[in-house]
Amino acid sequence: MKNKYLVFFLIMALNATVRAESVFVTLEKDNALAVIDPIAGKLIKTVPVGQRPRGIAISPDNRSLYIATSDENIIKILDVETLKEVGRLPSGEDPETFALNPAGDKLYVSNEDDSLVTVIDIAKKKVVKQITVGVEPEGIAVSPDNKWFVSASETTNMVHWIDTETNAIVENILVDPRPRAVKFTEDSQQLWVTSEMAGTLMILDVKTRQIIKTIKFQVTGLTADKIQPVGVVIDKDNNRGYVALGPANRVAVINAKTFEVEKVLLVGQRVWNLAFSPDQKRLYTTNGTSNDISIIDLENQVVTKSIGVGSYPWGVVVKP
Amino acid sequence: MMPLINLPSIIIVNILLILGVANSESAYAKTNQIIDIAYLTQEQVVPPSLSNLDPFIKDKGVIGAELGIDDDNTTGKFIGQQFNLKRIVVPIDGNIIRVFDKEISKKFQYLVINLSASQATQLVDLPAAKKMLLFDVGTIDDALRNEQCRSNVLHFLPSRAMRADALAQYMMKKRWTKWFLVVGSRQEDLLFANALKRSAKRFGLEIVAEKTWDHTYDKRRTAQSDVGVFTQLEDDYDVLVVADEQGQFGEYLDYRTWVPRPVIGTQGLAATAWHKTHEQWGAIQIQNRFKEKAHRWMEEQDYAAYLAVRAIGEATTRTKTNDLSKVKEYMLSDSFALQGYKGNPLSFRSWDGQLRQPILLAAPRSLVAVAPIEGFLHPKTELDTLGYDQPESLCKWNKE
Repeated sequence: MKNKYLVFFLIMALNATVRAESVFVTLEKDNALAVIDPIAGKLIKTVPVGQRPRGIAISPDNRSLYIATSDENIIKILDVETLKEVGRLPSGEDPETFALNPAGDKLYVSNEDDSLVTVIDIAKKKVVKQITVGVEPEGIAVSPDNKWFVSASETTNMVHWIDTETNAIVENILVDPRPRAVKFTEDSQQLWVTSEMAGTLMILDVKTRQIIKTIKFQVTGLTADKIQPVGVVIDKDNNRGYVALGPANRVAVINAKTFEVEKVLLVGQRVWNLAFSPDQKRLYTTNGTSNDISIIDLENQVVTKSIGVGSYPWGVVVKP
Repeated sequence: MMPLINLPSIIIVNILLILGVANSESAYAKTNQIIDIAYLTQEQVVPPSLSNLDPFIKDKGVIGAELGIDDDNTTGKFIGQQFNLKRIVVPIDGNIIRVFDKEISKKFQYLVINLSASQATQLVDLPAAKKMLLFDVGTIDDALRNEQCRSNVLHFLPSRAMRADALAQYMMKKRWTKWFLVVGSRQEDLLFANALKRSAKRFGLEIVAEKTWDHTYDKRRTAQSDVGVFTQLEDDYDVLVVADEQGQFGEYLDYRTWVPRPVIGTQGLAATAWHKTHEQWGAIQIQNRFKEKAHRWMEEQDYAAYLAVRAIGEATTRTKTNDLSKVKEYMLSDSFALQGYKGNPLSFRSWDGQLRQPILLAAPRSLVAVAPIEGFLHPKTELDTLGYDQPESLCKWNKE
């Protein structure tokens, strides 16, 4: 009986997701993954994935999803089509955020409770190395040219530059308080880092590894301490970057050439993480406390829709 | 689902782990600055308690300071700073001033004090203390932040006025506008009752009745019937607000009032800087780290001492100096932002040295709200809707 339904739903799901792009959102409090059709503007389904799912990534070939189920201390591998678990990676304790390298064969995980970054060989499902970093590492990113990966530690307030060949720290840069997310530009020339407590975005030059610009966000009508930048993405052509401002309920649009804040767009409550559509014409935001995602039309710079998805949407990835 | 155990590969992984950790040691900077911090407290007499549910905690505060030192040093090792904590516990019958003169005076710039208000008052005006920066993690007295404020002292626990305002904001939001105030007979209870009266006036709430609980504290006698009789009033009220800081009778009130009314204040729904039910904004991580170290929950004084030591770390790391005047100037500046696991960045009120911070409103097993409550606005930061704001402050050390 149950299986029949499952097959039925799977076929439905396959039909629905086969052509249009799909947005996958981890639901921290529902222990589930939401699958959304952003073109139709509909939540297609939610599937259970394990306890407290947060970080999520999709493999470069778009076949596998990686999901950190933090309370199970594991990263699960799901088949994108069936959304069934096909494997597990040893992530170390309390995995929250992680990053894939461009080849998609290595995964770098922040272990927040242990002040460690774990390097995992995906094919072998083995830990290659653990690197001691600052207290409460969170944001993590690999440069598109695969030379660097960086880890930001929230309590130590540092960005640790780690060489991908040696897996050794090369430099530690003090940044504004409670750095959250880190993101390289597509040309691997800059690293963008958000600071939750200072309300800033810092741009670091990859060559010198130093801060070259700090942008302090302001929103009319909001006190400074409500503006807590978290997720950050930059478009492929390096024209614009977007920063989620957390409890300010807004996404800032930044000119990536002049570093001016062009606009702030009102989205859902406690906006957390961001992801582009494959054509980069839309931006999807997870809104932690309003339990929805917002869709931003980037050509017109307007929020077009919000879709209820479940409790505490956290991470977001898009499959073409 | 579990992979088969493959012994050689585990050994390889372990070797890699050891290499990994050893390797990254080279990323650490050479120590070129040592920052010494002293922590002073006195052993406490075990107070009478209502039940054995909550064992008396002897080392409230100091473990928080030690956790702070660990975190400071994690940052410090990357940039060549080393933080040391000297823990000094004065015996019950010991003399704090004498211990200060002998062990701390002229040896330290930074002193964390977990002392009573009267002990702190004696200490802060000593000539040697005037040359130091003192981090008060033990008092909640408004007087020490107003008339008796000192420019060499920073306060980390929310004052009574801040707590009362937090409770009043919540009661206002709930429209519990008529209070029945029940006050214990100890001096602290009167101080908290005064803070509550100030808040009621500030937020336009009405105290319809006030009574002092001066009955016997012996539960075996007539507590249950006593509370029933005690809470019979002519006027109706929305909420019973209790001021019993030592916890000598407040726990008896809930469920025993003549008419069913919630209890709020020092028992029931209480205002606190930290609580075991608090998990948001990364708090779960520090709760875990603390429990691993202390094998108990983090108490308010631990949180305050953690923040004090972290504030020293943050300021010396950012200013890259150990020069006291520069460190202090930075701490009191607008650039200072301390991560305190309560959503907002924490900073000091430049007019009285009080750490501005959100206040948790917690029932024993549930975090009910976090003040400032939404809707209470302030031109600079909503955190300053709690306690004495700049225009109200009676502290004059800025004009010294």
